[in-house]
Amino acid sequence: MSNGIISRSLDRRSLIRAAAAAGAAQLATPFVITARAADEVKFGLNDPLTGTYAELGKNEQIGCQLAIEQINSKGGVLGRKAQLLVEDSTSADTGIAVQKARKLIERDKVDFFLGNVNSAMAIALGEVSNELKKLHIVTGGHTDSVTGTDCHWNVFRVCNTTRMETNSVSKTLFSKYGKKWYFITPDYAFGHTLQEGFEASLKQFGGTEVGASLTPLGATDFSSYLIQAQAANPDVIIFLLAGQDMVSALKQTVQFGLDKRFHIAGAQQELEVLLGLPPEARIGTWVFEWYWVQPEVPHVKEFVADIRKINSGKVPTARHWFGYVATWTCALVANEQKTLDPVKLAKALENFKLPPEIALMPYDTFYRAGDHQLMPTLYVGNAVDKGPEPEDLFKVDELVKGVDAALPVAETGCHLKWPA
Amino acid sequence: MRALNQRAADIAVWLLLLGMPYWLDSVGGYTSLGSRILVLALAATSLNFLLGFTGVLSFGHAAYFGLGVYGVGLTIKYLVPSTLAGMAVGVVAGTIAAAIIGALIVRLRGIYFAMVTIAFGQVFYFIAYRWNSVTGGDDGLSGWQRQPIDLGFTTVDILGNDKAFYYLVLVSFAVAVAIMAALLRSPFGRTLLAIRENERRARFLGIPVDSHIWLSWVISCLFVSLAGTLYALLNNFADPHDLRWDQSGDFVIMAVLGGMRTFWGPLIGAAIFVVLQDYISSETANWMSFIGLFFVLVVLFFPRGVLGLIQRRSAP
Amino acid sequence: MTQLLLFNLFNGLIIGAFYALMALGLSLILNLSGVINFAHGGFLAIGGYLAYMLIPHLGFWGALAVAPVLTAGLGLIVERVLIRPLYGRDPLYSLLLTFGLAFILEDGTRYIWGAGTLPFAVPGWLSSPLSNTFFFLTGYRMFMVALVVVAVTGLFLILNRTRLGMRIRAGTMDLETVSVLGVNTGILRNLNFGLGIYLAGLAGVLAAGMLGLQPTIGSTLIMPSFVAIIIGGLGSLPGTLLGGLLIGVASGITTVFFPSASEAVIYVIMGLVLLVRPRGLLGEEGRF
Repeated sequence: MSNGIISRSLDRRSLIRAAAAAGAAQLATPFVITARAADEVKFGLNDPLTGTYAELGKNEQIGCQLAIEQINSKGGVLGRKAQLLVEDSTSADTGIAVQKARKLIERDKVDFFLGNVNSAMAIALGEVSNELKKLHIVTGGHTDSVTGTDCHWNVFRVCNTTRMETNSVSKTLFSKYGKKWYFITPDYAFGHTLQEGFEASLKQFGGTEVGASLTPLGATDFSSYLIQAQAANPDVIIFLLAGQDMVSALKQTVQFGLDKRFHIAGAQQELEVLLGLPPEARIGTWVFEWYWVQPEVPHVKEFVADIRKINSGKVPTARHWFGYVATWTCALVANEQKTLDPVKLAKALENFKLPPEIALMPYDTFYRAGDHQLMPTLYVGNAVDKGPEPEDLFKVDELVKGVDAALPVAETGCHLKWPA
Repeated sequence: MRALNQRAADIAVWLLLLGMPYWLDSVGGYTSLGSRILVLALAATSLNFLLGFTGVLSFGHAAYFGLGVYGVGLTIKYLVPSTLAGMAVGVVAGTIAAAIIGALIVRLRGIYFAMVTIAFGQVFYFIAYRWNSVTGGDDGLSGWQRQPIDLGFTTVDILGNDKAFYYLVLVSFAVAVAIMAALLRSPFGRTLLAIRENERRARFLGIPVDSHIWLSWVISCLFVSLAGTLYALLNNFADPHDLRWDQSGDFVIMAVLGGMRTFWGPLIGAAIFVVLQDYISSETANWMSFIGLFFVLVVLFFPRGVLGLIQRRSAP
Repeated sequence: MTQLLLFNLFNGLIIGAFYALMALGLSLILNLSGVINFAHGGFLAIGGYLAYMLIPHLGFWGALAVAPVLTAGLGLIVERVLIRPLYGRDPLYSLLLTFGLAFILEDGTRYIWGAGTLPFAVPGWLSSPLSNTFFFLTGYRMFMVALVVVAVTGLFLILNRTRLGMRIRAGTMDLETVSVLGVNTGILRNLNFGLGIYLAGLAGVLAAGMLGLQPTIGSTLIMPSFVAIIIGGLGSLPGTLLGGLLIGVASGITTVFFPSASEAVIYVIMGLVLLVRPRGLLGEEGRF
């Protein structure tokens, strides 16, 4: 049951087993190697491995590890071996995240910089990578400003903006479940922008916001907010929480029987949360950013099998996919442009389309030129308490193209300034 | 002989600090790590002015640290893009807040004092992340950077040049530490020690204990807010987490680790804490266990801290 | 509006009962041994995780009975090995040691059980509401309040009707005299610590049913416990109980007017109490 960090040598052994099965040659070890070989191309991942976001950071790391394995089996980057260096940014201390970023870029001299799950850190790290002129792919930090008002020429992002998430699911909620919405919003930028996104949709469709509760981050008891929600008598209660907050809130909602009286929904949802809920609390209409059960999309089954080998048998989540895509993006563009120069690579990444075996999505997946935001597919559906397989807890009803759900570049507030 | 040893130790410390950007790289460090050590050492030393030398425990110093952090960030972002102006605003804000709050809480002692400092700290933390139109909320205050310092005859680029910024931190640290050391050597400082040793007796001697503690508190918070401004400049970022009680806890830990009865103790403690965390967390994701184990061992076996241990060894 | 307020009042009492349970264990340890146990949240988490492990074998009720006992056992060991050397020293040291211990416990649980949230389910018949209007009165939360009442009564009985309890109470007032009278204060403090940790483990099992079971579950709950103790008054167990209920109610009522301040309001109250009446609501003057 343990998916904690095993000792270095054990990890290496299981990686070697996986690589042998995949027919690969040499592998990169996941942690920092003291003998820093000068001829290796280094990928630096700055993600939380402790604290609230530890699971998400760890999953992104595993996705990166698989990518590095595959990159090396296909000849590496520019003929050189790829190596992954990982630093724990912690879940809450941005000072440490920034320090680790400088460590990776200045001391370890990584060629590519990846991270972070935490939105605030993603922004702060973007400043550092911009100052030090390093290509930076943000894996899992969702705050809109990363590819909006805080965008930089060297920063690209894999995961969706909050606006993309709300736009993809709002029509369904409105037409299928009702016009009156109540929001349970965590009191930070992620929550606020999700609410703004839904409010814009409500205005567009002519619905009503019957109320909203701002919850403090890390709240343990949601009963008082649910009491307000119930009193407002909405059609849909929209949960904009993430991680632990979402688990507590849904558990309590089901315990109160509110799921039988109102429809429960939200924007972003993650498999990690559904797995952490008891079966009766796996409810609601949500958006997933990637899902492991996609029978019509080629290469997904292989990816799932490969991840299972290095993830204690568990299936990949969107987080694994974020890390995987971010890492492969760097390798692909570097090999295509035959250079490691960040400016040239950044220019080449604009409108860069990911090949199907990396994208693992039904529609074209590419990085938009104006804001460097990846345009993936969004999966709208409902949580199910039990699926055909133990970890199949989400039933996808609708696929939405990211490029349709995203704000036009002009409205994102992003103005890219390229170096002279 | 003791005084000579002390003088030699002081000189050794300053030499090490002066040369840090140069020798740190060769032992696997990097200049911004050195800056971080100095900034946190300043915070820990400021806290220790109150804790180790006046005998009063505060668990809410992060509030004034945080006022420094946001003071400099908000100034550079919205008011005037000047590093020195920002630092001034941060320090003034932290000091005024400390003066006002200190007047309210100075009657309390022991755990009551510690808890009320936490209360104020948490309220400040709440304001920082709730007032998000101004402070950026939980996302933090970004989009600003440390500005080059215009000294008239030359401009020092502390943004592009890590080493230049390190020396700015070192100069600030030196000035602060010199002032604190001078204060501690003065009659005022002696009085603080008397209060630490036996408050009741000090009161019987006619010493106005409360106003001395208030002054010590204000001085301590003044320098911790200076540390806060430097911290924000180091990260080019202001974060509400810098105001939380666990940040205060870190300062206390550094002071005790190094030896809270000594002047250089907090510097040693900060160095150990930062380097240990930086090094161990690169090697394993289980660094929290190691750090926790380290604290436990230090508290059990080296309660006088690292420097306290060394001092005891060298005493005749 | 009145209905909303009333609901939040009742609801606040329920949550307050939970806070009180956590805070009581902490208070017990603080009163007798002068130890500020920052690792209390870590023991809470361990209680939850042990229950999770035991449920497949013993069922929910079995786990509820056994997990806190096992956690208390761990507490007894920790006290003997780590805390005992610190008696007689500045309370700052016990604070720092337990701070470090909290790190170890959090990291340990993450290492053993992983960083992900584990699905902890309570028996189905417990987790439905009693009525549609009073939907927040679920079977589980009523059960939780009942359990807290039982635990508090049990604690009261132990402290007032047993010899151990009498010695604990005496020791809280004057440990030196108790020792001179021939009581083994080492064992007394050890058992008292174990009792406090038992309550933490119990709170952990209850928490796991309400929240997600994650290694960080303890660290979010520790500060409100301290606040409850201060508001109620150091050295007074009834005060801690009152303090817990008060912060629960205050949090709930604040949600009606200023929802995002519901966590911060308890610090404002604590600040006010400390400035106006430092000994707390039921504390004794000059106790600390």
